Amino acid sequence: MANPEGTLAFYRAEAEERGVPLSRVFLDGEARQSGKRPEVLEALMLDRMNVMRQAVARGLARPQHSRSGLIRGDAARMERWIEGGGSLLGPAFSRLVAAALSVAEVNACMGRIVASPTAGACGVLPAALFRVAEEKGCPDEALVRAFFTAGGIGLVIEKLASLSGAEGGCQAEVGSASAMAAGALVELLGGSPAQVDHAVAFALANVMGLICDPVRGLVEVPCVKRNAMGAVNAAACAEMALAGMESVFPADAVIETMGKVGRRIPEEYRETARGGLAVLPLTGCDSCGQGNFCS
Amino acid sequence: MGIFDIIGPVMVGPSSSHTAGAVRIGAFARRLLGEEPASAVIGLHGSFAATGEGHGTPLALLAGLLDLAPDDEGIPAAREIALERGLEFRFEEVDLGEVHPNSVRMFLASEGTELAVSASSVGGGRIRVFDIDGFQVDLDGVYPTVLLAYPDRAGAVAMVTTILSNAGMNIATLKAHRASRGGQALMTVELDHTPTAGVLNALRHLPHMDQVRFVPRLGFGG
Repeated sequence: MANPEGTLAFYRAEAEERGVPLSRVFLDGEARQSGKRPEVLEALMLDRMNVMRQAVARGLARPQHSRSGLIRGDAARMERWIEGGGSLLGPAFSRLVAAALSVAEVNACMGRIVASPTAGACGVLPAALFRVAEEKGCPDEALVRAFFTAGGIGLVIEKLASLSGAEGGCQAEVGSASAMAAGALVELLGGSPAQVDHAVAFALANVMGLICDPVRGLVEVPCVKRNAMGAVNAAACAEMALAGMESVFPADAVIETMGKVGRRIPEEYRETARGGLAVLPLTGCDSCGQGNFCS
Repeated sequence: MGIFDIIGPVMVGPSSSHTAGAVRIGAFARRLLGEEPASAVIGLHGSFAATGEGHGTPLALLAGLLDLAPDDEGIPAAREIALERGLEFRFEEVDLGEVHPNSVRMFLASEGTELAVSASSVGGGRIRVFDIDGFQVDLDGVYPTVLLAYPDRAGAVAMVTTILSNAGMNIATLKAHRASRGGQALMTVELDHTPTAGVLNALRHLPHMDQVRFVPRLGFGG
């Protein structure tokens, strides 16, 4: 039986039939829908990647401080730690974490970012894709294609579940970003469309049920550090898929389940700032001497 | 919905609904007014009121009124820019009833005209304008939009569509709203293409037409 249009299985079948990567299927679909030539779309994607790159650089170069005082330059702190040789699992891993923190901090401080798929989850894709591409020496042309794969996976999630923390909790935002990044990494590193499917399934399954509990309703805590988690999760899941591990559930089924779980998450855990970490009393600012969140 | 809605929009943080969507609501209202407002009373509803300050929502709404794009890094300085340009503004909390939690009502005034607009930011930077000068509307700023105010009477829609049709303009949606039979009416027309000045002029010269406003398509940064 044919796969319904808009599912990952549908696009995967087309990719396998044509013998092309998923990014080609998504790019051609976008060209058809928008009436723009693929080269124009690729140039547009490169523009967006450059905005992301600037955001990565900004938070690492200058400590970002938010008006609430909850964000206090942790990305720059992480960068110094790496430069000092403190990396736990090697610089590639630590720099991926620092990049995710950086973009998410720039977002929290009203800097320029690309929502991907949302502003709250904007650190995951640039961190995972840029850092792995640097590590593996992938050229920009390959990266552009990987971003189309990521975007196409996002469209599937939007169709079958949700990309909004208010609708589906943080699994729908950082979780979706992580699944998009995992799939895109698999293609970037030469994996098959089937392996992309497995990586998406792994990544989303790993964060199933993750609530959205922004402290003071702001996209700061725990959001920024969850971006780091999403990027690390993406890399781990891409690696598992590339190693030949297979998900027992297809990605579409995991995505649909994420949507169902999201709808059943109580409202206080869906971006309302009325539950979870969002209602804990704030502590821990005495030592820093900065910020004003205790006032 | 396309790939660039997923990998995008390019915007200043921290929230596509609280920040990028708020800029677009401000931009829609400014374009509907037709010029930079001299004064603005901005009523924040629901989540816009509750968590808007920390998300920079008031700054974003002001930035839109000042014609800054959603990715303009001047948005955090919108208050200062407004003061420089002489835009008088005031924020208040309002209860707009059973509407989307991210909603706002704006009263704008310029030298020649006044305007009341209510709109919601519905996610991902997308917006829904639901009230203009007391008329219930349903607009999202994605299409070039013409708004016509006139006394309700037979034939008004036909006259408008004739002009648009003669100019080769395809209508995406057309809705006529009226206060009461024979009362004041508002027609909203979303078009596939931007109408020329000549077309807008012809609409303005229709008999009994009180006001014709035009809102260009709201582009997105990047």
